[in-house]
Amino acid sequence: MIEPASVSAQEERARTGHAGADAPVLLSIEDLKKYYGGGGMKLPFQAARTPLRAVDGVSFQVRRGQNFGLVGESGSGKSTLAKAVLRLEPLTAGRVRFDGADVFTLGGAALMAFRKATHIVFQDPNSSLSPRMRVGDIIAEPLVIQGVPGREVRRRLDEVLGLVGLSSATAQRFPHEFSGGQRQRIAIARAVIGEPKLIVLDEPVSALDVSIRAQILNLLRDLQERLDLTYLTIAHDLAVVYQACDVVGVMYLGKLVELAPSEDLFGEPLHPYTRILLSSIPIADPRQRNRERLPLRGEIPSPKAPPPGCTFHPRCPIAVERCATEIPDWREVRPGRWVACHLVESRPNPPTPFPAREGGVFG
Amino acid sequence: MAARTAAEPRPQPGATIQDDVILDVEGLSTHFRTRDALVRAVNDVSFRVRRGEILGVVGESGSGKSVTARSILGLVPAPGRVVSGAVRFKGRDLLQMAESERRQVRGAEIAMVLQEPMTSLNPVLTIGNQLGEMFTAHPERAPRSGSVREWVADLLGRVRIPDPIARMAQYPLSFSGGMRQRACIAMGIACRPDLIIADEPTTALDVTIQAQVLHLLSDLRDEFGVSIILITHDLGVVAEMCDTVAVMYAGRIVEYADVDTLFATPRHPYTRALLGSLPRFGGPRLRRQQTIEGQPPDLSRPPSGCAFAPRCAQAEDRCHEATPPASPIPSHNGGGSVRCWVVMDELSGIPGMRIVADGTLAVSAAHLDGGA
Repeated sequence: MIEPASVSAQEERARTGHAGADAPVLLSIEDLKKYYGGGGMKLPFQAARTPLRAVDGVSFQVRRGQNFGLVGESGSGKSTLAKAVLRLEPLTAGRVRFDGADVFTLGGAALMAFRKATHIVFQDPNSSLSPRMRVGDIIAEPLVIQGVPGREVRRRLDEVLGLVGLSSATAQRFPHEFSGGQRQRIAIARAVIGEPKLIVLDEPVSALDVSIRAQILNLLRDLQERLDLTYLTIAHDLAVVYQACDVVGVMYLGKLVELAPSEDLFGEPLHPYTRILLSSIPIADPRQRNRERLPLRGEIPSPKAPPPGCTFHPRCPIAVERCATEIPDWREVRPGRWVACHLVESRPNPPTPFPAREGGVFG
Repeated sequence: MAARTAAEPRPQPGATIQDDVILDVEGLSTHFRTRDALVRAVNDVSFRVRRGEILGVVGESGSGKSVTARSILGLVPAPGRVVSGAVRFKGRDLLQMAESERRQVRGAEIAMVLQEPMTSLNPVLTIGNQLGEMFTAHPERAPRSGSVREWVADLLGRVRIPDPIARMAQYPLSFSGGMRQRACIAMGIACRPDLIIADEPTTALDVTIQAQVLHLLSDLRDEFGVSIILITHDLGVVAEMCDTVAVMYAGRIVEYADVDTLFATPRHPYTRALLGSLPRFGGPRLRRQQTIEGQPPDLSRPPSGCAFAPRCAQAEDRCHEATPPASPIPSHNGGGSVRCWVVMDELSGIPGMRIVADGTLAVSAAHLDGGA
């Protein structure tokens, strides 16, 4: 049975502006590492194989009822992290705890319960929905796998179709008969039908047209409140993350570089990479054309050979000698604000604004 | 046409917008006839691009922005066909030209940069060979002195690809997404075009790389006075880059104005809704985003009247009956227009605006800021 969110969660959201600041921890990620390759048998004359460090020591917690955002550019490891959280890939090291239990030690009924409690919505509903299955079968499949009786499946199917704003007749049709926005509603219906606690949203609106994005974002917000859901949102569109997420983590080259409540992160970014990232976003206001921008030089290094010290130092406009040798600690510099940078001081005022090395202004 | 060397500056170094119109599109319509439907992908589209101007064409998928670009170049895929209109490029109508003649214009005088650089580069040719091909295909536009290698290295340097000599020998596979797009832009500017048509050039790129590529495009405009048609769905990119904006919906330009006017006083209900539905930075986080309800129309069965009427909160009976004409609106570039019956009425109350005999609006010249 799908129940409305507890009153306390709604009050919490109303009071603090973001949900779950004091709610219990639902998902806890502890020093998670995921390397690809590098292992296995090495033949005598074969060159040493270096692993690709997709995720390299990430820790954070997601509280019940929160929408936790992960941002970063391609190759930063955010999608790999999402797959690891859902135990779709084995870990290299670290731990994922869901509702207190270590996800990677689960087996049998406990693992089945974890699968039921988590789901994922992918970026492109054109490729994530089977073209040969009827929409009703696509949405109901998780329940069928769980062995829910047919009559109950049909009842729940009608219920979730209503929840995501689709008509009952939709069930008989095929995905290709729908527009991108409607297909994403179908994917969302499939995600919520099993009454999950946590949904990973991997770029949920990136493939959609601008006028449809807001509809889907509102739907996700409504469902979160009605079904008491926790979201882990992965997105590269920072405006979407600002509006949708309560807490945001910024990833660069397999590591978290900054984590903070959304308003704080966007209002006053601390890590140099976050500051550059935010200043790169085109703003839909021609009057802000001549604002100062911080250009990012060069390209992201290979995760097979990350730079020593702080991995961002070769591109960082304020890097000092220490940054090239010493890996910065992941530390809480202010309540709720975590940064990995030697140059961010643990005090309540911001670091001195950094001058861009090459003029800084363009446009 | 006289050849220019790489060292020879363009007639307008550091040019801003000049008065001469280099591209004048008038009444362009492109239809796709399929077995059971006629899709009016581009419907009576008119705009002008002046030398050194960046025109943004903004719209959602299916709004006709890419087909407009392809129609200009004579590259509409079958079963599409340009059914009417004129595309005057430096005075000559591209639509009336023989294909062989148009081939000489395409790539040389008008370049195109596409969204996904990997599909516009040949994976089995080195970057140097692909760029060099531009000069063998258009020998009359190659520099007079030097070797192809030198010209290619110079081009790669211009698009800020480090170590051009080594990069020339590499294949597209060895380039990152941002570098591939730079290589495509290098190919675009090889023959010193007068116009670059860039179709979603940064959509496939990360935001920091997007900033680099956009910066490069606006530098090229400033250095060479090249005009750019920038096709995008991103209103942020439009606000940062463009001088003039054409907003397309269901195959028509529904609003056309200079960028400051469009963002400060959007007039068409679609433009207003689009700007309102953008997730914003700063300011309060909203519990709900403002939305545009409904879906864009199916162009094989377009609604009668204004195509936006079914989604428009202000729609009246007449909006469902007749297509509104393009009525002039005040704009710094003098050529602003909007297609909306309701806005037309509002505008007719503004001093300097009047409804003329055929039922459309006219703006008296004195009322246009700098447009006279």
